Amino acid sequence: MNRFVRHRSVRIAAAGLMIAVALIVARLGAEAQTPGATPGAQTAPAGNTQNGKRIFASYGCFQCHGREAQGGIAGPRLGPNPVPFVAFSRYIRQPAGQMPPYTSKVVTDTELADIYAFLQSLPQPPKDIPLLNN
Amino acid sequence: MRNGKGSMNRRGFLKGAAVGAAAGAAALVAPRVGVPGSLASAAASAALPEPVRLTPAQTAELQARETAPLPPEQESLTVSDPGSDFMVDVLKTLNFEYIAANPASSARGLHESLDSYGGNKNPEWLTCCHEVIALNIANGYYAVEGRPMAVFTFVPAGLHNSLTAISGAYGANTPSYILVANIADAEQRRAQQDWGGHSMTDPAAIARPLLKWDDNPPALQHFAESAVRAYKIAMTEPRGPVLLVVDASLAELPIPDRSKLSIPKLTLTSPPAADPAAVAEVAKLLVAAENPLILAGDFARDEEGMKLMVELAETLQAPVQGGGRGMPNRHPLSGGGSVPSADVILGFNRGSMFTDLYRSTDQQLKTSVRRTRPVAKVITISADDLLLHGNYQHVGRFAEVDLSLTGDPQATLPSLIEACKKLITSDRRRVLEARGKKIAAETARRREELLTYCTYGWDASPISQPRLAMETWDVVKRKDWALVSRGHPLWNADKFYRRMGAAGGGGVGGALPISIGAALAHRKHGRLCVNFNPDGDMMFVPGALWSATHHRIPLLIIMENNRAYHQEVMHLQRIANRRQRGQDIAHRGASGTTITDPNIDFAQLARSMGAYAEGPITDPKDLRPALLRAVERVEKGEVALLDTVVQPR
Repeated sequence: MNRFVRHRSVRIAAAGLMIAVALIVARLGAEAQTPGATPGAQTAPAGNTQNGKRIFASYGCFQCHGREAQGGIAGPRLGPNPVPFVAFSRYIRQPAGQMPPYTSKVVTDTELADIYAFLQSLPQPPKDIPLLNN
Repeated sequence: MRNGKGSMNRRGFLKGAAVGAAAGAAALVAPRVGVPGSLASAAASAALPEPVRLTPAQTAELQARETAPLPPEQESLTVSDPGSDFMVDVLKTLNFEYIAANPASSARGLHESLDSYGGNKNPEWLTCCHEVIALNIANGYYAVEGRPMAVFTFVPAGLHNSLTAISGAYGANTPSYILVANIADAEQRRAQQDWGGHSMTDPAAIARPLLKWDDNPPALQHFAESAVRAYKIAMTEPRGPVLLVVDASLAELPIPDRSKLSIPKLTLTSPPAADPAAVAEVAKLLVAAENPLILAGDFARDEEGMKLMVELAETLQAPVQGGGRGMPNRHPLSGGGSVPSADVILGFNRGSMFTDLYRSTDQQLKTSVRRTRPVAKVITISADDLLLHGNYQHVGRFAEVDLSLTGDPQATLPSLIEACKKLITSDRRRVLEARGKKIAAETARRREELLTYCTYGWDASPISQPRLAMETWDVVKRKDWALVSRGHPLWNADKFYRRMGAAGGGGVGGALPISIGAALAHRKHGRLCVNFNPDGDMMFVPGALWSATHHRIPLLIIMENNRAYHQEVMHLQRIANRRQRGQDIAHRGASGTTITDPNIDFAQLARSMGAYAEGPITDPKDLRPALLRAVERVEKGEVALLDTVVQPR
């Protein structure tokens, strides 16, 4: 029996959560991860990539999603190839899961566009990493 | 032998000297001949009063009183057969390998017997720098060894200090075996220390809400019987911590008549299996199910538990989620299936299952929505209800289920497997095998997704968690390794002992000593033990490192140093956002949650206690050579620590 250990030690559940997060990303990414330009990018407002990178850290996005937006046990991967801006914006303002809401009083629309630009700018990950082949 | 009231024998004199150290010291070194000790200190502190001068006759009388032999009935300077020797005999019959403790004066009788009479072997004393370290080392040892390590402490402070570890043990059904020194007899208490801080009327009361059983034996025969009973109760499923008071005067006074003492034989209780009729009903549901799902907690006690779970899964071709150490994580049926798609859900040791059956959110308004299909049947098999204390709400929110079997899962598995096999026809077997292939394909796909997921942030600095995990895996995978902390889903945990599960307990501050206890249990098997240790946890009880180096417990410690109590960072951000003032937190930084300014030099900390250490390591390219160097040291029997700076989560 796990009893309260399960509640107190988030790390114990890390393995399962990581798989769950990976699946969320896979579903979100299914819409977005196509070769070439990110779908929905045309409808996204122009943003300042550098400011987005700064805000991503200073507004606490990294806390759950990692400093490279790569995701982790607390939040899914956000980039590169983020979900369409409309879905991205809607979820941030009114999240349906565990994510805390970032209302316009916390992150302005302009800042949101900057963060999105940062996510779009992230490089693709390396391929054929030997350590992941075993 | 007890001393006569109102008399002062030599032992009494020594006690008085120790208690009134200043006065005693003044008397012993007083330069002015003839000043009695009781007056010397007063003389020293007064404004140079005229010294009291004794006559030669008075001086002679005093000297005679101090040096004359006492009547035999009042003299008690030695003892040849102390009660604590018998206590050691009792502990030896219980076959404890180790006893973890921080020394205490009220525990001195048994301590000396363990060392001299017992030869400091079976049990061997493990020196711990704090009682919570001792308890958690014992908890970690049990998680691997499957039997308790004794812990020795005293009341009230020592037991107070160990409470969080006892809490972890209770929560994880760990049979901590706790001995607590107390002094019940007022005459046997030292005048100041024992009255002031080492005596209680009911010592176990401190921890009783977390104990499965306790006793306060007033006699040696009672001690022997209760010691054996405590072991038996602790190891009876569901297991839990027990406490036995060691009365210090019982330990220090001579055994009245050894021929009248005996040590009962220990016979452990077999674990209770669930009702056979109910098991047959469960088997019918499982065999008929189209999409069964097994949700397993950390139910397995040993390798046999893992084999049984694999056999059930393969018999039914049903996916297993969780399972802790009871399910090999790379088995094709491991990790497949889902709660929303299942028509029969079987929970092994999953508590109330509320968190499995409901999707809950931590927003301003807490919501929980059941996520099972309306037709889904939910079954639980657990012995949890046999050991509950009301004050702790670990039971979880109440969840409706359709069948609830009280029984130990591992003990119930053989009859459940047999009942399922009897019901599976050859036609049904073909259907199940087809389902198994689909599940295997699904779990293989999930693994590929996870591998892809790990590539993101691969070269990031601070180092990503997957990079850290996989760099380490590549170095240890060809060795006989064992994780003594949490692991990673991509490691191949193919044996029961590869992982810790939740059996050792938990809570912040527990990871380091639990890993040390576990590594100690692995030592005799020569396994390479790896602990991924958070920085916040390390700072609770860093002194545990010294116990590991002092007792030559080989262990690789890899710091997951995110320089924060990061879970709390996220919680503060959540609350601030909820109140629409998230920017304040973000810009200023959440107070009370970060561990920076200065950054802690964990490598230096470890070196100070005799460990090999490197770090801080921030570039992932530096990981592999550091890991190779550290593993080499661990394989030589040392403790090695790598301070790796990692992404927050």
